[in-house]
Amino acid sequence: MRAVLRAFRRPMGAIAGGWLLAMIFVAVFAAWLTPYDYDIQALKEAYQPPSPAHWLGTDEFGRDLLTRLFHGARTSLSVSSIAIGISVLCGMVLGAAAGWFGGRFDRAVTVVVDLTWSFPEILIALILVAIIGPGTTGTMAAIGVAYLAQFTRLTRAQIMMLKGETFIEAARSLGAGNAHILFRHLLPNALAPVLVSAMLATGDAIILEATLGFFGLGAQPPTPSWGAMMSAGSALVFKAPWIILFPGLAVAITVVAINLFGDALIAELDIRARMRRAA
Amino acid sequence: MISYLIRRVLMLVPVFLAVSVIIFLILHFIPGDPIDNLLKVGSSPAARAEMEARYGLDRPLPVQYAIWLGKVLTGDLGTAIVARRPVLDMIAQALPHSLRLGGLALLFSSVMGIGLGVVAALNRDRWPDRAIMGGVLLGSTMPSFWLGLILMLVFSVWLGWFPVSGARSWTALVLPVLTIGLGGTALVARITRVAMIEAAGKDFVMLLHAKGLSPLRIQLRHVLRHALIPVVTILALRIGWILGGAVTVEVVFARPGLGTLLIKSLSQHDYPVVQACLLMLAMAVMLGTLLGDLLQAAMDPRVRAALA
Amino acid sequence: MSALLQLSGVSVAIGKAHLLEGIDLALDRGQILGLVGESGSGKSLTAMAAMGLLPLIGGRVTAGEVRFDGTDLSTLGEAGRRHLRGRRIGFVTQNPMTALDPVQRIGAQIDVVSRLHLGLDKAAARARTLDLMAQLRIPEAAAVAEAWPHQLSGGMKQRIVIAMALAGDPDLIIADEPTTALDVTVQAQILQILAGLVRDRGLALMLITHDMGVVAQLCDRVAVLYAGRLAEERAVGPIFAAPAHPYTRALTLCIPREGMARGSLHGIPGAVPSAAAYPAGCRFHPRCARADATCRATVPALSALPDGGLVACHHAEPGAP
Repeated sequence: MRAVLRAFRRPMGAIAGGWLLAMIFVAVFAAWLTPYDYDIQALKEAYQPPSPAHWLGTDEFGRDLLTRLFHGARTSLSVSSIAIGISVLCGMVLGAAAGWFGGRFDRAVTVVVDLTWSFPEILIALILVAIIGPGTTGTMAAIGVAYLAQFTRLTRAQIMMLKGETFIEAARSLGAGNAHILFRHLLPNALAPVLVSAMLATGDAIILEATLGFFGLGAQPPTPSWGAMMSAGSALVFKAPWIILFPGLAVAITVVAINLFGDALIAELDIRARMRRAA
Repeated sequence: MISYLIRRVLMLVPVFLAVSVIIFLILHFIPGDPIDNLLKVGSSPAARAEMEARYGLDRPLPVQYAIWLGKVLTGDLGTAIVARRPVLDMIAQALPHSLRLGGLALLFSSVMGIGLGVVAALNRDRWPDRAIMGGVLLGSTMPSFWLGLILMLVFSVWLGWFPVSGARSWTALVLPVLTIGLGGTALVARITRVAMIEAAGKDFVMLLHAKGLSPLRIQLRHVLRHALIPVVTILALRIGWILGGAVTVEVVFARPGLGTLLIKSLSQHDYPVVQACLLMLAMAVMLGTLLGDLLQAAMDPRVRAALA
Repeated sequence: MSALLQLSGVSVAIGKAHLLEGIDLALDRGQILGLVGESGSGKSLTAMAAMGLLPLIGGRVTAGEVRFDGTDLSTLGEAGRRHLRGRRIGFVTQNPMTALDPVQRIGAQIDVVSRLHLGLDKAAARARTLDLMAQLRIPEAAAVAEAWPHQLSGGMKQRIVIAMALAGDPDLIIADEPTTALDVTVQAQILQILAGLVRDRGLALMLITHDMGVVAQLCDRVAVLYAGRLAEERAVGPIFAAPAHPYTRALTLCIPREGMARGSLHGIPGAVPSAAAYPAGCRFHPRCARADATCRATVPALSALPDGGLVACHHAEPGAP
């Protein structure tokens, strides 16, 4: 965890980390940051371009876009990080079990994982949302499953790599049991690369959430999410381009920030080689 | 080499079967009954049963799967429930559009990505490298539908250079190809750069310098040649991603194609069409992995030796 | 008259690390100079400096000059140095397994040298390649030329590397531990080939090695490096008969001789310090039995020995009469 603080000391890490902290801040305090509500319609104010009163303009119902962007951050960030969190947990259990026990179980997991891994996440997510139904829950589940393969692969590769290391052999020769070695030695050592790649995947998940939202399958109105805002704005792109412009910029900048901070973290943790070998 | 090719193609058979089972099953979990869309409100249960029998939806699942697979293998993709047309016709109509878009996007990403990756690697840690990698990062973080709409707004509406949507002329392809291609370029440039830097550190490169070859020749004839092996392999594996990108971009630019067809039939719960679209995409992914392996063998004598 | 290769007071740094200091060496046609020392002593770096290849690993000459055939390398541009490499200086690497481009056929890798430096056309270059391969006793040269590197054994690959080094008709060959990665039986063959080149063609050979046995057998002169500095530089006879530097003495005792159990080397306690932790004064003093206060404080200068050699030690033995 100290690496996170050190990552902040790099210039790129500081800028990127600053933006991410700001996004988290506006997501948490969205309701108190602007004088407007995200869901009160004011048709007289509709389609206003950015102005001192409405910094980012208003949408087709006259709602303040800055307010909706802040509330949208709450939905988008929480949906993608919860989805990735679940995905990481399941992926680590699956990957660790496959890597540790090997044999037929490992082969079965590998086949399924490789199969799903070569399919684009957006297709997997689209099909899953069609099954589960649109909305934030469906989106979360779809994103979670779409990224499961990646974390299973990564964890498995890490476990396979660490299995041969001397300190594991030493622990085993000292009579440590399977569970002890797995939970006390292997998983903690495999954790850093998995967590960093989880962070990077959260960036991709934000884009995925936005794309599902664009197809109208994400958060349902009036709940704002960056994807849902862009979906609404896509029909009005020629009439009121600012409606779609700002949520898109928010997504792009946030994902860039996540990548830059991830890079700084990788450099601090000195795990570049390990991340690449497992990819 | 021929025997390897045959073995490699045979390996695709179980994969194809697994994919077909998954695609078949998934579709049956999708809530929403297509029959509802066909029946008039208040139709009798008898009319419903008759309708189900007509589309074979009343049989047990394994039987339905066997019948479906048998038909698929003979090229019969069934009749669209909602559109009431042979699915094969619809696919045949959509596929060329998607292939053209995907193919051009792949070409664009490869040429741009390899070019930028090489320039970045040759100027490692200096400003051209930082500029390229920064631009590439930005390009890969914009949602493709958003990028497409912004490009459309700027180049079609404000500047009037390209048609807004549709597929009537070649110029209509420019923006969609660009939209998918920018994301692909980012990926290819990043892999190329890393592969070049890694290859440049190998022992034999040092000996090439000791032979008195010019650095540029060493980089372009030897280092790049090496770096291309992983690049091509990964690129072939990512054909699925390019097609995934095509799904979104086709919808944005209102282009006919597999993506538009998939999204439309998904919302109409038109099983046979969705199944056919997914099968096509799955086949593309499988052919991509096959192509990747073959290209790798073509480019690397060591791989050929291991296969013989 | 100056020697073919002459290093005078050469110092080399990579970044902030000063890795070589004040190296003096001379090598003439028909001579074999052994460059010895433990790993980390700067042998390979000296070779890189001699070929003008330091920029490739981010290094630079900070003092002194490298002269080849009377020309100061630093006055040549990069293009001029490139004309020396391959044409006048051939290089043989440590590990033949990784020295060849794995995706290019053997013949083409040798052809390119004579095409580039001697201006031969494709057919003439190939004829020269096959001729060289035959001289190096490579069987079925024509078939080997069409083979891929991964199809050859280590010893065969090293012959190919030597053929590459010879293809430009050079005056000097630098061989950086050319046999370390090879089987013992093959080692002898490769060394014979290299020695034969000096004898028959009048080449100069700089042989980097850590095997004092090889040095005793082949070399005319020996330069001993320790921690980036020259410890002793002398003709091969006197250096084994009466080593002046205590480090050289320890090295000469490392040769396994008949009647002596293998493995019972008169090893020197400790290891070569890293460039970041070079001690003050004589860098060998922490491992030296003769060290005193002077050694800990003052860097010993190179001084001439009666037999024409050089030594850098405050307590050098006078050398054999």
